[in-house]
Amino acid sequence: MEWTPIWLSLKLAAITTLILLAIGIPIAYWLSRKSSLFKIIAEAILTMPLVLPPSVLGFYLLLSFSPNSPVGRWLLEYFNLSLVFSFEGLVVASVIYSLPFMISPVKSALAHLPPSLAEASYTMGKSRLTTFYRVLLPNIKSSLWTATVLTFAHTLGEFGVVLMIGGKLEGITKVASIAIYDAVDNNQYNEANQYSLVLFAITFVIVILVFIFNRNASRGPLE
Amino acid sequence: MITVKIDKKIKTYKGNSRLIVNAVFPVGTVTKVYGPSGAGKTTFLKIIAGLVTPEEGMIKAGEEFWLDTTTKINWKPQQRKVGFVFQDFALFPNMTVVEHLRYATDDEVLISRLLQIGQMATFSSHRPRFLSGGQQQRLAILRALALKPALLLMDEAFSALDDELRESLITEIKILLIEFGTTTIIVSHHAQETATFADRELKIDLE
Repeated sequence: MEWTPIWLSLKLAAITTLILLAIGIPIAYWLSRKSSLFKIIAEAILTMPLVLPPSVLGFYLLLSFSPNSPVGRWLLEYFNLSLVFSFEGLVVASVIYSLPFMISPVKSALAHLPPSLAEASYTMGKSRLTTFYRVLLPNIKSSLWTATVLTFAHTLGEFGVVLMIGGKLEGITKVASIAIYDAVDNNQYNEANQYSLVLFAITFVIVILVFIFNRNASRGPLE
Repeated sequence: MITVKIDKKIKTYKGNSRLIVNAVFPVGTVTKVYGPSGAGKTTFLKIIAGLVTPEEGMIKAGEEFWLDTTTKINWKPQQRKVGFVFQDFALFPNMTVVEHLRYATDDEVLISRLLQIGQMATFSSHRPRFLSGGQQQRLAILRALALKPALLLMDEAFSALDDELRESLITEIKILLIEFGTTTIIVSHHAQETATFADRELKIDLE
């Protein structure tokens, strides 16, 4: 069994999760505040990857990233970057595909905090940013962990989008889930089983760690 | 002197009503605000704090206009910086008792004094979930006082305290309010709760 697909999967999941932590939390905060028609539409668009068949999402991303499309051409001309059949392309596709897994739990947790928490902080002269980092974020820690793990695990197991955007280039885009498919396709069931067991073990350990970490938070911060 | 003139639409179970208040609060006074449930007492406090904006109104604290809908002045809650004791306490679950006070002020002498007054020194490293209802309410009051506010707004702030503790706390708080020159507005349902605390009254009802 080659370890490269496993490392590629872990690398892809880690990078995607870090990017989504950086962009997903501010988006979740924005969505958790006063509702408007624009926000409802934005949330619906951001939730689409959750309900769309991965192959549909992958197909449209493939079209968008292709050098023949305006976006693909612009990326190639100005940044010398091709997102089709490249690891960078997998990262961008994974960020889009896993976006709702980061945003949804965080948004829901923020929306369920009593409004008086932020109000109390504002009346104490604290800015929205200080209130967010000192009061709101620490009180949704368990949801934040859940979102992080869901995003990581979801990226680790993604298949359809990865196959459409990246294909199965050895050492570049052939992640573990593709390697399993490839092994089965070539009647190498033993190899497929080894990859599957490793993926199963990794995700199981991650989920156990989250349960251990969240065991004290299971009562909720306000109980 | 705090001058308040507000007109705000409020939805009640009877339909739409209006909260109309015209009142003056002299510096250093403690005013009890009372009225039927759902009359908008909490909304009134939130309007003064800048957390809710009325359709029409003017709030003047000293020489400064915090709100004037005709000239579109509307200071943020951060600028008004009132002390606010919320009905649900609004304590931060992630912070200990002393961290709550340090979030409000870096004056360690004042923090020690407040912990003493609220009889909370023993619990200074406890988080809210490990405090009783009465202790949580005391912490909410101490946190508001830690700001040395020019205006203190209290929403049912003594409801979880027994008579003896409430009266001893009121005596200590009054000393602080005089020292800080704080004007206080307290919403309360129970006459006994504020009998020794408030020196003025204001009735609020919907129109």
